[in-house]
Amino acid sequence: MKLFFQIVFASLTLLSGFNQLSFAADPKPNPKIQQMMENSFMAAGVADLGRLTQDPIQLLCSDASYQNSKAGKAKIEILQKEALAKIPKPEGAVYLGDWKKGELIAQSGRGATFTDAPNSVNGGGCYNCHQIDPKEISHGTMGPSLAAYGKTRGNTGPILEYTWNRIYNSKAYNACSNMPRFGHFNLLTQDQMKDLMALLLDPSSPVNQ
Amino acid sequence: MKIKSLVLLFTLGLLAQGVFAQNISNDIAKYREMIADGNPSELYAAAGEELWAKPSGPKLATLQQCDLGKGPGVVKGAFAELPRYFKDTNRVQDLESRLMTCMENLQGIAASDVIKDPFGKGLRKDIEAVVAYVVTESKDLPIKVVPKHPKEKEMAQIGEKIFFYQAGPMDFACATCHSQNNKRIRLQDLPNITTAKGAAEGWGSWPAYRVSSGEFWTMQRRLNDCFRQQRLPMPIYGSDATIALSLYMASKGNGGVIQTPGLKR
Repeated sequence: MKLFFQIVFASLTLLSGFNQLSFAADPKPNPKIQQMMENSFMAAGVADLGRLTQDPIQLLCSDASYQNSKAGKAKIEILQKEALAKIPKPEGAVYLGDWKKGELIAQSGRGATFTDAPNSVNGGGCYNCHQIDPKEISHGTMGPSLAAYGKTRGNTGPILEYTWNRIYNSKAYNACSNMPRFGHFNLLTQDQMKDLMALLLDPSSPVNQ
Repeated sequence: MKIKSLVLLFTLGLLAQGVFAQNISNDIAKYREMIADGNPSELYAAAGEELWAKPSGPKLATLQQCDLGKGPGVVKGAFAELPRYFKDTNRVQDLESRLMTCMENLQGIAASDVIKDPFGKGLRKDIEAVVAYVVTESKDLPIKVVPKHPKEKEMAQIGEKIFFYQAGPMDFACATCHSQNNKRIRLQDLPNITTAKGAAEGWGSWPAYRVSSGEFWTMQRRLNDCFRQQRLPMPIYGSDATIALSLYMASKGNGGVIQTPGLKR
């Protein structure tokens, strides 16, 4: 009897495992949309036509019904795990740079558009979406407020690591987060990300006053 | 006494910070009201009206026989019903792609020549003026765009898909900024285009005179700048993706009021 239950249990586990595998198939790109996009754009400046091709995260997050399906939810788990595993530790294991430079990076929304020069330095555009230094009133509301970020969280190891990961690839925690993957797509350098880390976590940063 | 006034100052300071963002929007609204009777778009519209009736192109013809959907030469109310399907081209067209068809057929000006000019220059500048004229003739009318023809239905559906299409190094789609209520980029309010109200706000207030750049921007130009900020490549002027997106927005905003030419920061 005991053996019977074990077998049933084992086969159920196996089945659900298979289920997950078969359900976690990639969302398929729609050839009609793909075709129209490719015919409707032209390469300009740093923005080539390759930018129209979606990676698995972009495909998933463009399709709300897939996202909410069983298959989509399983896929989200997989993609998040993959993203997290690919995030490197910061060079020299140093997490915090210079908050003053970080403030400039957070202010600048420049970079990566078809009108930007290839050698222009990218900004983070952080204030577009977040409140950061409370003295800056021109801030967006797409993302959560980051005022007093370090003051409320401290800057212990896990917080440093989590914040680094969030800036490097926000999708590691929320596959369809609206936040760009700054490290993953080389939008910011490691030094720039460290400066942003300092803006959020350095006790002397205006964010934490 | 001194402490009291300090406290008062501090409180005022806090208050000022809180209401500042709100005030910016109010100030822009006030500014709009002040110059509503003198929107610089009128200059563009006047130039466009002249161009409409001026013999041009290799065929030295006017645009007066141009069919914008309500019959040859009918301008009044035509923009309110665009984009729509046109039998002669067998395409869904927005105002700007339709004007290119008219320029090509009536005046002999190749659409490719309009497409290769940048915004605000050459033939593109002419078409922008004509756009200002045509949209002014639909001011205050309700948006009347309901996909009926199979091609209209298909394009509206594709437009919706493109609205949610994430791509590029920042993973942005139109939906990233325009699918939530009451959100801002910096101090700029964002319409939620997935709602009828937001779509009417967005679709209904462009083309517009843009104060910050001192230029009249057509919807094609507005979309071009959206895609630029999305970090995508450059949309081709009058391309199907831009028309599909336009049809999606216009049909979502059906019934809303056309406030074009608008006035933007």
